[in-house]
Amino acid sequence: MEDVYIIGAGIHPFGRTDGRSGRDQGVYAVRQAMADAGIEWTDVGCAYGGSAAAGSADIMVNELGLTGLPFINVANGCATGGSALASARNAIAAGEFDVALAVGFDKHPRGAFNAKPREYGLPEWYGQTGMMLTTQFFALKIQRYMQLYGISRETLGRVAEKAFRNGVHADHAWRRSPVDLETILNAPMVNDPLTKYMFCAPAEGAVALILASGKKVRELGADAVKIASVAVRTRPPGSFEVFAPSVDIENGGKPTILASKAAFEQAGIGPEDISVAQLQDTESGAEIMHMAENGFCKDGDQEQWLREGRTEITGKLPVNTDGGCLACGEPIGASGLRQVYENTVQLRGRGGGRQVPGSPKAAYSHVYGAPGLSGVCILER
Amino acid sequence: MAQLEPIAENLWTNEAEPALIGGRLPSGKIVFPYPSGDAAEGVEPYRLSRKGTLWSWTRQDFQPKEPYEGPEPFQPYLLGYVELPGEVIVETRIVDCVLEDLKLGMPMEFVVAPFDATRSTYAFRPEKA
Repeated sequence: MEDVYIIGAGIHPFGRTDGRSGRDQGVYAVRQAMADAGIEWTDVGCAYGGSAAAGSADIMVNELGLTGLPFINVANGCATGGSALASARNAIAAGEFDVALAVGFDKHPRGAFNAKPREYGLPEWYGQTGMMLTTQFFALKIQRYMQLYGISRETLGRVAEKAFRNGVHADHAWRRSPVDLETILNAPMVNDPLTKYMFCAPAEGAVALILASGKKVRELGADAVKIASVAVRTRPPGSFEVFAPSVDIENGGKPTILASKAAFEQAGIGPEDISVAQLQDTESGAEIMHMAENGFCKDGDQEQWLREGRTEITGKLPVNTDGGCLACGEPIGASGLRQVYENTVQLRGRGGGRQVPGSPKAAYSHVYGAPGLSGVCILER
Repeated sequence: MAQLEPIAENLWTNEAEPALIGGRLPSGKIVFPYPSGDAAEGVEPYRLSRKGTLWSWTRQDFQPKEPYEGPEPFQPYLLGYVELPGEVIVETRIVDCVLEDLKLGMPMEFVVAPFDATRSTYAFRPEKA
């Protein structure tokens, strides 16, 4: 397969933008990405994009131009961005196009997500009795993990403290003021052991990435980063996932472990080669568990990693350098692409106050969502 | 609890000592709840154990949006997963205790509990010593 590169990255600030639709935020991000790449809309050969709650992406051609390009709508829940990226990459790798767009955007109402049982093939009583909440799943998963591997509440707090500290330096972040550990730990509980500051909130935002072939990169003299691998995987048997009225007694694999393995294999590198990582941090516990599921540390080692600051921007493996979902909020369709955007910024050395020192060479991103799927992307400079 | 209607039909057995109704797949694997539609083909109803151990837990501290139908005003409630040995791990309401009582692996027992003024649901509670 031919190598594929990211040559342009655009983002609409995350958070709340009253008066601008999710799709308009998407158009904003696409225009910024095209300007960054130094191309026009007429140069884009094909496009993939979507949202979870803000409508179809292909209608963007009304604003961007009726060039006749194929524009595929992607509706893949939390993996919408990752699937758009994988598809755009494949279209170029297959040699069909030289330039492709991957775009994700969203605009969610305030408050926790309220999923409908029927849409997930679940009985009505599961929602009626108040057991079908994503926040509960994350609390239940980390509660057990803390008991099994000795993770403290303080470590949960440290993850959130780091996120808000990093978000200060990210123009696109929603929460841009630091919050101290004590405030985080003493904040109102959402689902024990997770307090208000340990959870991300549904939000708005958009990200667009312009992908190109090596030929196009040379032609443009673009500031490019290589897509070393993209892998999206759904859950294997015996995994514990969101919206599960029951779990197999035989402990199985996890979609993140599968996606991570596949991405490392494709890229031909290992966790020790990664210089910066964006890991799904729907809440503090998710970042902790995903450090291990993605192969960066052993179960339980996170306690020491966080205490020693190893995941800080100046640490051995900086994690969630723009504050992740905790500081940026979670517009589902855009969230996975935000991680790839941030890695592109880091590899190009454009991170400003949040730049990882020492010219990072390999960057890792990981998105996780319902009903048990993960997307991993590795970029190289 | 004779005056309360179960929140759904065929969720638990109608007997003096009721139990959840799961399903046994042709492979022998036990699932919960009993599947509906085409997924039920070849699945035998299976009476789940009334006793298990606590696998994980949390407390719901904010009022969920719809489709939640719990009573007003909202009261925080406990929920978690209980492992039924050799069968399956089921998600459940947890009653007759407080958050601080709960410990990984503690023995739990099945109970039918009031859900609101007119309906009952299933739950587990710490096993009485």
